[in-house]
Amino acid sequence: MKEHNNWDLVIKGKTSLFDLKFKDVWAYRDLLVLFVKRDFVSFYKQTVLGPLWFFIQPLFTTLVFTFVFGNLAKIGSDGVPHQLFYLCGITAWNYFSDCLNKTSTVFRDNASIFGKVYFPRLIMPLSIVVSNLVRFGVQLVLLFVMMIYFYYNPKTGASFHITTGILYFPLLVILMALLGLGIGLIITAITTKYKDLTFLISFGVQLMMYGTTVIYPLSTIDIKYKKYIELNPMTSIIEAFRYAFLGKGEFSIYSLGYTVLFTVVVLFLGVLIFNKTEKDFVDTI
Amino acid sequence: MAEVVIQAENISKAYQIGQIGTGTISRDIERFFVTKILGKEDPFLKIGETNDRSKKGSSDIVWSLRDINFEINQGDAVGIIGKNGAGKSTLLKLLSRVTAPTTGTLRAKGRIASLLEVGTGFHPELTGRENIFLNGAILGMRKKEIARKLDEIIAFSGVERYIDTPVKRYSSGMYVRLAFAVAAHLESEILIVDEVLAVGDAEFQKKCLGKMGDISKGEGRTILFVSHNMSAVKSLCNTGYLLQNGLLVKSGTIDTVVEEYLRNESYEAHRIWKSDFHQTENFRLLEVKILNDKAISTSHFITKPVTVEFTYEILKDNQLYTHGFNLFNNQGIHILSSHDINSETLKTSRNKGVYTTSITIPANLLAEGGYHCSFAIMKYNPFLVEFHAMEIAGFDVVDEIINESLRGDYRGRIPGVIRPILEWK
Repeated sequence: MKEHNNWDLVIKGKTSLFDLKFKDVWAYRDLLVLFVKRDFVSFYKQTVLGPLWFFIQPLFTTLVFTFVFGNLAKIGSDGVPHQLFYLCGITAWNYFSDCLNKTSTVFRDNASIFGKVYFPRLIMPLSIVVSNLVRFGVQLVLLFVMMIYFYYNPKTGASFHITTGILYFPLLVILMALLGLGIGLIITAITTKYKDLTFLISFGVQLMMYGTTVIYPLSTIDIKYKKYIELNPMTSIIEAFRYAFLGKGEFSIYSLGYTVLFTVVVLFLGVLIFNKTEKDFVDTI
Repeated sequence: MAEVVIQAENISKAYQIGQIGTGTISRDIERFFVTKILGKEDPFLKIGETNDRSKKGSSDIVWSLRDINFEINQGDAVGIIGKNGAGKSTLLKLLSRVTAPTTGTLRAKGRIASLLEVGTGFHPELTGRENIFLNGAILGMRKKEIARKLDEIIAFSGVERYIDTPVKRYSSGMYVRLAFAVAAHLESEILIVDEVLAVGDAEFQKKCLGKMGDISKGEGRTILFVSHNMSAVKSLCNTGYLLQNGLLVKSGTIDTVVEEYLRNESYEAHRIWKSDFHQTENFRLLEVKILNDKAISTSHFITKPVTVEFTYEILKDNQLYTHGFNLFNNQGIHILSSHDINSETLKTSRNKGVYTTSITIPANLLAEGGYHCSFAIMKYNPFLVEFHAMEIAGFDVVDEIINESLRGDYRGRIPGVIRPILEWK
């Protein structure tokens, strides 16, 4: 018998924990693009309002927040119009939470296709993150429209301005995407076996929003609680996001650095667990 | 010697049966404690149990595949055959990397494309053209590769006219044609096909088989093919693997393996059930016997009638019901179905007790070959099947070359599902 040592593919029960198969992912990059296209097209087709739906959710949330937290609870907004303050936070938060929520069910949602054909599973969550970018972009347009409206309406007494913090914008988007992805990957890996954790997650994400500075500025927080709020990696992102667009918010390189570190660790763990689970999750789901 | 492109080394796959979910966390903790801390063997993986559906096992783990070893050469067309549950699909799943083996190693050279189902990932809202790209990419093709083959794929599918229509408007036949067309044009060195040919009309099935023949014979690519259709397997493959209860029991040329499979597909002529295997609230099946004249036998002459006798118990008084019987041959063809529509049991209700009923298949009806049967108890008004026990017993019909045979002096194979005596004038 001949010596075989040039196998292209070796399938084993146990593989190295750090065999992350990024080469495979790269080889399937066309698939990622096609998945994004599929999500986009299938969202439009046969809906009356089409992309308008992207506007409706943040718009109404903003209105409700303005009424409840701004008018009733009288929580400050750093001197920025309440509507802008909330919309800014919601836009950023939505992108993060969409990434997290959608990737956290990726195994369950795609069990039928994963059970029939192999492609690097990581393609699916990656495509979700990119697909959500489209939605995020549309919502960003809404934010710009609102900003222009308030800027040219002196009656509203708006005081805000875009700052050099805008240079950090790409980094902020990437951080939100990867943080959402990382947490989502961990959750989807765990929930293939322990399904009841799913309920905890949707609830947890909601709660996490209140632990982030979406509905209140960090500056109004009592010093006692401030450090806990700052432990939340999303806080520095939202604050930096507001600083970039509205000129308000506590932007600091250190807290952003903390978020970067946090994201890297979570993402690494997420990819690791995801890869470990993807091999035989079809048997347990 | 041709190059080995797939090598399997001690492949095993264990599945947990029954409920997965409740108690898994505590069980996982126990498992972790026993295996990692104490360094003992996993208490939930009991060795040595084969996968036999009809027998009750002692653990929740079944071995869907056990210690499979084989080597497949480049250009081979391999047919994988076996009964339902023999482990065929599991083997394909492992090869297509949908799930990982519990133990053992699989090695392969070249790209593997698997067709465990046609149209995986088709999105109903997308057009045929868009779906070709999406499906192709899912199966591992690059975009430019698909673009190059697009015309060929569309032509093969025969749905040119609808190619820019969303596939949700397609008929199921068109859908399958398009899906198979994409898969057939994959440029992979190894192609894995699960019974996808069970769909589409006869003409298209022929086209598919032809295409697969081209792939293996003409293009020198390796094909693994799973099917229950022995004629398709025989026409397409040159090598065969026979799986039985997760074990690889025979490999060799396709003809010898198919023969072994058909011979092995034998059922017992007498079975008794002690457990609650075929049981409902009201009835329980106890025994089945296949008789010639008065003795139990698995082998029956074509010129003699076959009697099948069922014994069952009524567990609750006051039952109005009747019996049903189905007969299948070993190719899985449903030969006949019979309801006991004039039964006394439909007119006067029966009370608790053990009862026997029998059915006789007339002589000179069935062709040579293996048969198996099912038995049902059902109620009319409203129609309700109490139980339907499948594949409970079986027998062979033989037509030896003796005086009273129907074959005369002809020694060859006589085709056909039934072989009644017909009058020639």
